[in-house]
Amino acid sequence: MRKATPLFLLLLALVPSEAFAHIVKGEAIGFVSGFEHPISGLDHIIAMVAVGLWGAQLGAPAIWLLPVTFPLVMAFGGFLGLIGVPLPGSEIAIALSGVCLGAAVLSEFRPPLWVAAVLVGIFGLFHGYAHGAELPPGQNALLYSIGFVLATGLLHATGITIGLIHRWPWGQWALRGAGAVVMCGGAFFLWGAVV
Amino acid sequence: MKRRLAAALTFMALAPASAEAHLVQSGMGPVYDGISHFGLSPEDFLPVIGLAFLAGLRGPRAARLTMAAVTLAWLAGGAISLAGLALPPIVLPALTAALFLVIGGLLAANAELPPALCAGLATALGIMRGAGDMTGVSASPSHGLALIGMTASVFVVFALAASITLPLQRLWMIVAARVSGSWLAAMGLLFAGWILRYGARVQ
Repeated sequence: MRKATPLFLLLLALVPSEAFAHIVKGEAIGFVSGFEHPISGLDHIIAMVAVGLWGAQLGAPAIWLLPVTFPLVMAFGGFLGLIGVPLPGSEIAIALSGVCLGAAVLSEFRPPLWVAAVLVGIFGLFHGYAHGAELPPGQNALLYSIGFVLATGLLHATGITIGLIHRWPWGQWALRGAGAVVMCGGAFFLWGAVV
Repeated sequence: MKRRLAAALTFMALAPASAEAHLVQSGMGPVYDGISHFGLSPEDFLPVIGLAFLAGLRGPRAARLTMAAVTLAWLAGGAISLAGLALPPIVLPALTAALFLVIGGLLAANAELPPALCAGLATALGIMRGAGDMTGVSASPSHGLALIGMTASVFVVFALAASITLPLQRLWMIVAARVSGSWLAAMGLLFAGWILRYGARVQ
């Protein structure tokens, strides 16, 4: 193994890499930066994952309704941010989403489906808006959008996958614990947004 | 030694290589240039897969009709472009965004579209993307062959994607197809926002 390590390092050094002195229309950069955007802020991550956790707790049909509707609502928020529609207080709303979604998971809150969908939709709008308003110019728009939506969807999928432990009694407690962590994280970000 | 060599080869295989959406030449001839262009252009293959899912969920008749429509329309759109008729620069991305949104939205809603409407949507997609792929390309036998390679890819990808969707019975599988539609529509919506913000500068 010790002898193999220098061989790997040598091979690593020999692997050719591109020099992006002149970006080829920004295409690869567009996808990567779009993919990085939703996962670049912990405030976004905890809320996205919490949506999946809550969906898993609520069970069918919420478990599949939320991942179908949320990307659309979030993209609509991104659309509003891109075209410059003012939406004040988005940072506070994003932090509040962590608090509220965390509290919902912690307390296993079971509202009617439409209430859950509206609540998640409103928060999704603010998350998407923040991303849309911050978009950098000069990237490949479609590849950026593909990366952005993929990352968002995968965050939900992560939450739903984790949430599947809800079928076991210990898993239910673990999920509620995760909700408490999300709520504390949201409170931390809310403090930062308000103060 | 063998194990070390195998590990080294695995490592080499996993090393990232560059992918170029617009190949100058694949080195394998114009037909393969067309195939690789389609395979490396998400603006081409994503709506085709979305449309195949949409038509597949509506049954074999809708899938067959839509497959024929999208293939022939792609060929016609490319031929129109090769004949020298070009769309204004902003129209192509705007229509692409609109089709992402419409196809994705209908798939996410699992809309009960009649086969004729699926075929109409396929015709719009085929003409628009076929024309877009051949924009600025001069009419020549090799470019005609590239168009045939592209159209063959459309046919094959559509057939494979629709054949995945046709036998779907379990709820979670249908949900997965619908989630992909929601993602497609979300991409279209964001793309539309980009176009409104940056206009013709959007790629």
